[in-house]
Amino acid sequence: MKLTGAEIFIECLKREGVKTLFALPGGVVLKIFDTLHQQKDIEVILTRHEQGAGHMAEGYAKATGKAGVCLVTSGPGMTNVITALADAYMDSVPLVCFSGQVPTSLIGNDAFQEADNIGLSRPCTKYNFLVKDVNDLAATIKEAFYIATTGRPGPVLVDIPKDVSMAKAEFTYPNSVSIRGYNPTYEGNKWQIKQAAEAIMKAKKPILYVGGGVGFSGASQELLELAEMTQIPVDMTLMGLGVFPGEHPLSMGMLGMHGTYEANMAMHYSDLVIAVGARFDDRVTGKVSEFCPYAKVIHVDIDPTSIRKNINVDIPIVGDCKTVLRELNQILRATVNGEQKDLRKPWWDQIREWQQAHPLVYHQEQDGPIKPQQVVKRLYELTKDRDPIVSTDVGQHQMWAAQYFKLGKPNRWLTSGGLGTMGFGFPAAMGAQAAFRNRLVLCIAGDGSIQMNMQEMATAVVSKLPVKIIILNNGFHGMVRQWQDLFYEGRYASSNLGTTPDFVKLAEAYGAVGLRVKKVGDLDAILKEALATDKPVIVDVPTYPYENCYPMIPAGGCNHEMLLEDPPELKKKQVGSEKVTPEDKDTVLTA
Amino acid sequence: MEHIISVTVENKFGVLSRVAGLFSGRGFNIESLSVAPTLDPSMSQMTIVTSGDERIIEQIVKQLNKLIDVIKVVDLNETEFVSRETAIIKVHTKDADRAEALRIVDIFRANVIDSTPSTYTIEVSGDPKKIEAIINLLQPLGIKDLVRTGRVAVAREPVRPVAAQAKKVARD
Repeated sequence: MKLTGAEIFIECLKREGVKTLFALPGGVVLKIFDTLHQQKDIEVILTRHEQGAGHMAEGYAKATGKAGVCLVTSGPGMTNVITALADAYMDSVPLVCFSGQVPTSLIGNDAFQEADNIGLSRPCTKYNFLVKDVNDLAATIKEAFYIATTGRPGPVLVDIPKDVSMAKAEFTYPNSVSIRGYNPTYEGNKWQIKQAAEAIMKAKKPILYVGGGVGFSGASQELLELAEMTQIPVDMTLMGLGVFPGEHPLSMGMLGMHGTYEANMAMHYSDLVIAVGARFDDRVTGKVSEFCPYAKVIHVDIDPTSIRKNINVDIPIVGDCKTVLRELNQILRATVNGEQKDLRKPWWDQIREWQQAHPLVYHQEQDGPIKPQQVVKRLYELTKDRDPIVSTDVGQHQMWAAQYFKLGKPNRWLTSGGLGTMGFGFPAAMGAQAAFRNRLVLCIAGDGSIQMNMQEMATAVVSKLPVKIIILNNGFHGMVRQWQDLFYEGRYASSNLGTTPDFVKLAEAYGAVGLRVKKVGDLDAILKEALATDKPVIVDVPTYPYENCYPMIPAGGCNHEMLLEDPPELKKKQVGSEKVTPEDKDTVLTA
Repeated sequence: MEHIISVTVENKFGVLSRVAGLFSGRGFNIESLSVAPTLDPSMSQMTIVTSGDERIIEQIVKQLNKLIDVIKVVDLNETEFVSRETAIIKVHTKDADRAEALRIVDIFRANVIDSTPSTYTIEVSGDPKKIEAIINLLQPLGIKDLVRTGRVAVAREPVRPVAAQAKKVARD
């Protein structure tokens, strides 16, 4: 029997196991929406902006480990989703985005709502397809899912012209895919793995540096075994949080620009860095020429281009983290003995010393303004038994969430790392909630970034996605303000948000629940109230506006040269100047 | 250092822009690029002349390999290769100069492929130095038009493919 392109599209999605589609309609995709409307297998979540659809698909993908799928229209629909595609490309998120296109006969004619979707998305997708013939549609969709989810995952765009969605063709779904130019390497080179095992046995000051690749590969168990067997401390990247239990005694927490003191010191002074599924981003390396000056480097990554891109590697292993670690563990299991523990005792003594010297600190006064760290810490303590999924936007609140919310498992952490996309958190949380309707999904946001995709609150209410948003409201683009205080002599160029909206009323206007924490003593009660609500909630927490995030390695600085607190001149300035206290802000908001 | 990279790609629309976009997006140099179908019409052969230090060339090769439409990448500098470029040069030839132009054509084993009373169109093939040399000699006569193909190159047998070399990197 012949099916229309739109029907073929739906049949393909079903065969790929897609249950949820994040979508926003438009002229050229109406046939697809009309067909979707007449079936029940795939739930369509109507977003209010295509960027939201893209981030929701990302959140869905990060939480489930499967490809997230979104559907947008031509022209502005496509340009709006670009940010999400670029974000997914940087953070290796498996995403399949379908875009509508004007009919093939009009392509290139500057038709209404026409855009060069292939050209626009080329630099921010792993691959993209323009389907010119309905007979190619099924095979193309199969290839799209294959490319998005294999190797180093990433976003793939399939551009479907209107006439292709309407034309009919015989439907057959291919069982397998073979692309001659695309053969990701999964098995690591055995000889190299043996070299790595030898280096690990000999190292006196080894450190594991693990990233998001461990999560995508599902290698958390193997990583845990490796770390425990060899007693090697574990540094996690921002993207890697959760791949190793945050409260494990071997966990050093996050490394990098706002990483913990011990994580960065251990990196700097180690004699063997074992990088697994991480890519030596500049927020991790700091000054490349002085990065890990004493270390040999082992680098396990599925993407050969990641290896030796930023720093020199002594033992490169191209392969899947899970497969490689499994093999590495096998060799080590046979050779590890008590000797390593003695060999590394001085190393661990040193690390414990670092941990005690400069733990993460903040000072919360009983009746003083609320400190943002306190909010994250309490939120963590109140929810950790419920195994929540946590999303963040980008900025100070993101770094505090990374420092204080100690995740135990992978696929719990939704954050925008590479691209640093403000506005990512809320829709990503909704995507995860759509995948797991009964789980607790938290979104830790800032008052600046939440406003970048605020419109999706309508989606959350209508589609019944009860995400809990906690806004650390400091009235600033906080990270920008921090840099201005540290590097631009305190000139707050366009970082002061001035009058922010009343988030409580805003939530209520959408039909969600709005709560505000007025003083630190109320924090627990209000958070508990929010957590007990079965609707989307905004908890507005006015926090101390001038809190800075430490430790901090200034951009281009060395990993062992961290700022640990406000420099004296900045402290003096903060004490002496007139400040807006949270109480004042509250009066402004409720007046 | 200058490298000549031979890239076998899928012969379909958009592939050239993926390769060109990779070079521009990552700030790699392209000195010349030539592309045409191979014996198998489903594939095209690109010859890219680029430059950079060892790290950059390694990245270029890896990044090209990562492109899904790229089937094979060979850094010809890893081995012995032969390369050629063709130039077509249209020169003004006053009566007094016509014999001189022909002499130059003869010296360089070039050909006159078109002629009018006031011009010769000359075709010359060779390595870039030879082409530079003939241009220098023809310049005093007055060059009206100059087009160059960019270099094409092929490895001398036997060749070590870069696909195998990537694995060798892993063994180092």
